[in-house]
Amino acid sequence: MSAPKTEWPLWEVFIRSRQGLSHKHVGSLHAADATMAISNARDVYTRRQEGTSIWVVKAEDITASTPSDKDVLFDPANDKIYRHPTFYDLPDEVKNM
Amino acid sequence: MTQEMDLNQRFEAYIASDQKIEAKDWMPDAYRKTLIRQISQHAHSEIIGMQPEGNWITRAPSLKRKSILLAKVQDEAGHGLYLYSAAETLGISRDEMLNALHTGKSKYSSIFNYPTLAWADIGAIGWLVDGAAIMNQVPLCKCSYGPYARAMVRVCKEESFHQRQGFEIMLNLSNGKPEQKEMAQDALNRWWWPSLMMFGPNDASSKHSEQNMRWKIKRFSNDELRQRFVDMTVPQAELLGLTVPDPDLNWNEATGHYDFGPINWSEFEQVVAGNGPCNRERIETRVTAHENGAWVRDAAAAYAAKSAERAASQTSAA
Amino acid sequence: MADQEHEWILRLGDDALVLAQRLSEWCSHGPALEEDIALSNIALDLLGQARALLTLAGQREGLGRDEDALAYFRTDREFRNALLVELPNGDFGDTIVRQMLFDQFAVLRYEALASQTVDLELAAIAAKALKEVRYHAAHSAQWVVRLGDGTEESHRRVQESLNMLWPYTAELFEDDAVSKACNEAGVLPLNASFTARWTEQVRAILEEATLTCPESTALLTGGRSGRHTEHLSYMLAEMQVLQRTYPGAEW
Repeated sequence: MSAPKTEWPLWEVFIRSRQGLSHKHVGSLHAADATMAISNARDVYTRRQEGTSIWVVKAEDITASTPSDKDVLFDPANDKIYRHPTFYDLPDEVKNM
Repeated sequence: MTQEMDLNQRFEAYIASDQKIEAKDWMPDAYRKTLIRQISQHAHSEIIGMQPEGNWITRAPSLKRKSILLAKVQDEAGHGLYLYSAAETLGISRDEMLNALHTGKSKYSSIFNYPTLAWADIGAIGWLVDGAAIMNQVPLCKCSYGPYARAMVRVCKEESFHQRQGFEIMLNLSNGKPEQKEMAQDALNRWWWPSLMMFGPNDASSKHSEQNMRWKIKRFSNDELRQRFVDMTVPQAELLGLTVPDPDLNWNEATGHYDFGPINWSEFEQVVAGNGPCNRERIETRVTAHENGAWVRDAAAAYAAKSAERAASQTSAA
Repeated sequence: MADQEHEWILRLGDDALVLAQRLSEWCSHGPALEEDIALSNIALDLLGQARALLTLAGQREGLGRDEDALAYFRTDREFRNALLVELPNGDFGDTIVRQMLFDQFAVLRYEALASQTVDLELAAIAAKALKEVRYHAAHSAQWVVRLGDGTEESHRRVQESLNMLWPYTAELFEDDAVSKACNEAGVLPLNASFTARWTEQVRAILEEATLTCPESTALLTGGRSGRHTEHLSYMLAEMQVLQRTYPGAEW
């Protein structure tokens, strides 16, 4: 009588472990809706006081860069060494810089 | 074809230099399949493994022990979940994996096809089975597939209390009344050999070992890990005042390891083939739980769909 | 008063213990892995409450009984839980409706206990428990709504659960000499005083769940004085088997 059974969607879970830190991806789980996803994330991923805040995002809503674009996306930053502080030669007498 | 070869070479070189593979990276089909097989079996083992111990939650002999055991079995559900999630990154759904488990297409660790006949079995499982599992699992924290390695880091961290609580149960029983000590010895007698079998066939007859070592899905051979387990566990048994049920067990001064007797591989094969004492019950229980839950999962999905519709019509009306 | 209060704490402790025992039966049988974990979490919270409460009851009783002596060496006639929590789990709908009916009551009871200043030890236990049961209450209410307003089948099933369990709810609000003494001591208002808020909240949940609140006035009661259903003795036989077989053993 009912429609073909599909499983609950997959959610990615992000936890802030301590105030002052950003949320970090910890894993995923299945839940029928967002409320359930938050509860499940609490029960699955914070059983040992690992969190102070939870984000859940439907996995299908995440847009990710493609691994094959890795070279194109990230290699061009390789030769911009002038973006790093160690690029600059300053006399030792200069302090606090 | 040459492009495929090129990718393959790069992949192998990448792994050889100890880099991690992530979900969307190119990987050879065989690597993907091996991982799906191994991770899903691992997940199934956690889920089926809940049953023999779960058996004793309602009969735990003190409220403290009840809390510990319930938390431990719940952790196993969590570990199964982490592992299913890791496998899902490879493009298989949890439903597909569960279906493979329920229909016997996918295996789980044979150790869970043995019955838990006494409270001491809960101690023996924590001490021996979790002990052996940890030996197997710690190297997996460094396995080449990122999502699996990360799941294992979490599992190993949580698992560290499991073995200790098992040993503590054994210790209390060994120091307890004569009936309790007898119970502990009986549990050791029944769980010792199956625990050694958990490391899998001897290296000489292990099908997947070599390739998996090269891919860094596996980092130590079955026999190596088994030996380590015996070396670690025998002194613990002595500390408990219990006798390991192996007349051939001997400290070998020359090798610096314990020699131990031959493993009964025909029993192992029987249990793997589905003829262990509890194979049928374990799967039946699992399938029943899944089927009994179908209307609940459907209801939650239907409610979510309705709520989403209502929310959408409210926004369009506004 | 001391006697009465020990008796009162026992009721709280037994409610938590018996429900924890029932919920722990779900472990590895849940409808989804995530929900299996959730039910175990609730069971663990309740077990923690039971241990604290039974320990306190034992201290107040002054006969040297600890949590385990009280859990493992009382007969069914000596248990003081409400009948509702000892009923078999049934299907997930039965379990979650039972949970919702109880959670809504537990929140009100712990709120009152946490805010009184007559018995500070009890207040401390209640304050900790209150956070836990508020979470339980949200969890069970959400599920009742999902099941009630889910599919035709789930609606039918959960309405049946509700009809079956409803007659057991009146017992929660009964008062007797024990609860009256507790009220006079300023520890806890009469159980009857929770009825209105409980009814209002439960009705709101049922309405959202598109379920019909039963009209039944049947009153199934007796737990507080040790007259239980047939089910409790079986539960205790299982729970107490090791302690009873090896009395005096350490585990």
